Amino acid sequence: MAKLKLALYWAATCGGCEVAVLDLNEKILDVAAAADIYLWPVAMDYKYKDAEAWHDKFIDVCLFNGAIRNSEGEHLAKLLRAKSKVMVAFGSCACFGGIPGLANVADREGVFARVYGETPSTDNSDGTRPQTSFTVPEGELTLPYFYDTVKTLGQTVPVDYFLPGCPPVTKQIWAVVQAIVAGQLPPPGSFVGVAEKSVCEECPRVKEEKKVTAFVRPHQVIPQPEKCLLEQGLICCGPATRGGCGAQCVNANMPCRGCYGPTERVTDQGAKMLSAIASIIDATDEAGVKKVVDQIVDPLGTFYRFGLPNSLLTRVRV
Amino acid sequence: MITLTINDRRLQVQEGTTVLQAAKGAGIQIPTLCYHEALAPYGACRMCLVEVVAGGRLGLSASCAYPAQEGLVVRTDSSRVLKARRMVAELLLARCPNVPEIQTLAQEMGIERPRFHIEDEKCTLCGLCVRTCEEIAGVSAINFIQRGTEREVTTPFAVPSEACITCGACAMVCPTGAIVIEGAEEIKHRELRLGPAKAIHVPFLQAVPKAPLIDAGQCIHFRTGKCGVCERFCLSNAIDYEMEDEEVEIEVGAIILATGFEPFDCSRVAQYGYGRLPNVISGLEFERMCNAGGPTGGKVVLEDGRSPESVAIFHCVGSRDENYNEYCSRVCCMYSLKFAHLVREKTGSKVYELYIDMRAFGKGYEEFYKRLLMEDVIFIRGKGAEVTDVAETPEEQGKLIVKCEDTLLGIVRRIPVDMVILSAGLEPRQDAAEVARLFGINRSKDGFFLERHPKLAPVETASDGVFVAGACQGPKDIPDSVAQGAAAAAGALALIDLGKVEIEPITALIDEAICSGCKICIGLCPYTAIEFVCRDTTGIAQVKEALCKGCGICVAACPAGAATQRGYTTQQIYGEMEGALLAEARG
Amino acid sequence: MSGKNSFEPRIIGFLCRWCSYQGADLAGTSRRHYPPNMVPVRVMCSGRVDPTFVLKAIADGADGVLICGCHPGDCHYQSGNFNAMRRYPLLMKALEQFGIEKERVRLEWISASESEKFALVVKEMTETVRRLGPLEWNRRLFQEGQRKT
Repeated sequence: MAKLKLALYWAATCGGCEVAVLDLNEKILDVAAAADIYLWPVAMDYKYKDAEAWHDKFIDVCLFNGAIRNSEGEHLAKLLRAKSKVMVAFGSCACFGGIPGLANVADREGVFARVYGETPSTDNSDGTRPQTSFTVPEGELTLPYFYDTVKTLGQTVPVDYFLPGCPPVTKQIWAVVQAIVAGQLPPPGSFVGVAEKSVCEECPRVKEEKKVTAFVRPHQVIPQPEKCLLEQGLICCGPATRGGCGAQCVNANMPCRGCYGPTERVTDQGAKMLSAIASIIDATDEAGVKKVVDQIVDPLGTFYRFGLPNSLLTRVRV
Repeated sequence: MITLTINDRRLQVQEGTTVLQAAKGAGIQIPTLCYHEALAPYGACRMCLVEVVAGGRLGLSASCAYPAQEGLVVRTDSSRVLKARRMVAELLLARCPNVPEIQTLAQEMGIERPRFHIEDEKCTLCGLCVRTCEEIAGVSAINFIQRGTEREVTTPFAVPSEACITCGACAMVCPTGAIVIEGAEEIKHRELRLGPAKAIHVPFLQAVPKAPLIDAGQCIHFRTGKCGVCERFCLSNAIDYEMEDEEVEIEVGAIILATGFEPFDCSRVAQYGYGRLPNVISGLEFERMCNAGGPTGGKVVLEDGRSPESVAIFHCVGSRDENYNEYCSRVCCMYSLKFAHLVREKTGSKVYELYIDMRAFGKGYEEFYKRLLMEDVIFIRGKGAEVTDVAETPEEQGKLIVKCEDTLLGIVRRIPVDMVILSAGLEPRQDAAEVARLFGINRSKDGFFLERHPKLAPVETASDGVFVAGACQGPKDIPDSVAQGAAAAAGALALIDLGKVEIEPITALIDEAICSGCKICIGLCPYTAIEFVCRDTTGIAQVKEALCKGCGICVAACPAGAATQRGYTTQQIYGEMEGALLAEARG
Repeated sequence: MSGKNSFEPRIIGFLCRWCSYQGADLAGTSRRHYPPNMVPVRVMCSGRVDPTFVLKAIADGADGVLICGCHPGDCHYQSGNFNAMRRYPLLMKALEQFGIEKERVRLEWISASESEKFALVVKEMTETVRRLGPLEWNRRLFQEGQRKT
């Protein structure tokens, strides 16, 4: 069998997904044995023009991580979509928008104003802002155009498979790579490397009926290790988050933050988590409810930490 | 076994039996005074003297302390016995001429007047109290002091004793009433207020099963580990302190809620002085007073024991009043009329009825009202405003003064009376909310359980198989309660007879392929219709369809989207919204 | 329905089957007038209203969302409306972060007998949302937001 032609690309992302691939450790050699890597900007030097020169569907599998933040990301997403037989949204940013997607609380102007002006560490008295093109004696320099709204890969191009996680756990990456090599992929459009059920299935903590009288934030308490974190007043997004990660965070005594996204049945992970959290508040009058709700400082950032662009409202109105 | 002969009868008895017990067992009567089954033989009073004729220590002996022996021959009726016994009785009568027990005993032996110096003692020195206190209560707070003619029962140095646990067993066991527990009058008063006074009591006369129970909070044994008198005195060995509450699980197909009501607490209407002024009593307390087996023996009396000369009866206490309950309690008019009748019949005193409207709506009720009109009851149309004991005129001195407006005469009146009866309304029981939650039913605005439909389903509730009957559904009188009870029973029977339950096809459903067992939904279900089923490592939630009412709370709360509701699926609701917004957009 | 310059708000109303929907029904049989801008979606209980529904309505182009349930304590399902009561403030807090005016999403307790209140709430809400103007969530924000300027 001919070796697989593999491309890995990163758009708006932190690079953690790339590290997760490297975390395959010695198995990376098996990957190399089964596949030739044609594009991997983070690891090796490749030129976009090489990719542009490929014929359509030249690449067998493209692992695309990162959200679509600017015109470069969009260009490469469209390019690699055209050049690849199988497009995999790799990691939570590509799947749901991820942490970069939280930038949807502002628009282009808002982000620039903050980053190039307001942050305490910034000294930019000239008000310099990134320009898409700038002419120097040697010629014209260009930068990608920065969009108002962060999109998911799936909102930009058709995606065949979604492999979520921030980053995806190595075990799951390996399982998916093996499936690709063996040609045993599920129908296109599916999530791969995930569980059907939510994180609670994998969570070893003892769960009881829930009634919460007060919410606390992780830095305020040292949680009991055997008891459900929600019952201890910590907002754990495990119930609304697809499993597959092995409940790593809760095993480390930290609440789930929801990186694996919603289960298959859920339209909007944040709204679902919000509904569940509110429903277990132990109060039957408006004042009592308000008291508890006031303890949840940032519902949007808490419930849509990884999925704002993928949510029903996709972004904040500005 | 031992064989002995009493009055020529050969008797076989167990070893350790006394002659007295052997005789009693054979139906041979021997009079006793200081003997008690629960106490050790004492032989103090000498009433039980018998003559041993052969086979033992010959002569007169106290049968209560004489053990039965093989070959013993005893006579209880020899002239020697009768003579001695007569002497004992005569001496006792001289000491206690006014004690009925002793009088009866003496009379039976034909003694009319003792030949000795006559005293007036109540105590026969039988020692039952002393022995009870020592042997049973285990505290020895009382004993005999002095000797001979000076002998008496008292506490050490005849001062109130710290050792006394106030169990009252001495007074109970005393055959002559020589011991009186101070504060007994108070107990009587508490009985009037309906609380049984003793730590062990039958809850109420019609209780089923009609067995006494121990109030562990009041019982000295449970509080201090002492006493235990009732266990020792109970000849049937029916008292078991070790007995514990047990929970019994019964699987049933239908439940009838008939938890009743709670009477309105009259002290909430401060201006009526209930609990503050003497002789202002609630309707239920008046009922208790009228009970022939009650604390006053059925007599209508004031707190000082006098018979009242005038009585006012207040209708609508806590009912038809925006400060308390807006609804009409339905039963008070009629029971107030009955009270008036009872007061007239028992005391002949003047009776005032203060009413807002006379609601004599039932069968035969109007006729009863008319009869009361003929019984010289004074009806005043107007709600009682206040009860006070501050007299303004000499006639009002020492009386309760009822202030009210007589709306028919158009005047404000002050009426001096001896007793005020407050006809308290009916309220939902305090735990009605919890009970409603437990059974998955609703309550109406007034707090009573809500029927499914006021006309078409008056005994059904929002929970299938749960029926309501009686005053838990709303104030009602006995005939209505009985009718509703019968209807509820019929409804329950019909359900059981059918053998199956029809449910609306809108129940929730949890997909076990998605549910991860986070248990968020379980506590939210008002019908406890979601159960947790263990599966492999964790478990999943499952809807018991027979209990599910299709509210969809769990569906909205399920963070994994595992729960859905038939007929109201998320997709269906989305479809409805999309259609609506599309039509709107086109519109 | 709409004239050229007048904006007709589109409001989705989630009405519980036992109280508010009955109240709406009574408003009809009592011949009470209220604006036709609210389209009712019947649910069995206000506790069935998933916050997702509210977001979905907004995402689909609604200008406002009304949630009505039985008065607290009167719920046909005893505690169903308490869930609506608990979810609403948290949802509103999130919606505020999304930049949605709080007047656009309203929770009201309307009993089966309160047809007058029902008509009043719908009237008030329609007027308030009309004043706020169209929301047009997806069209204005998501698609236009991506356009290069």
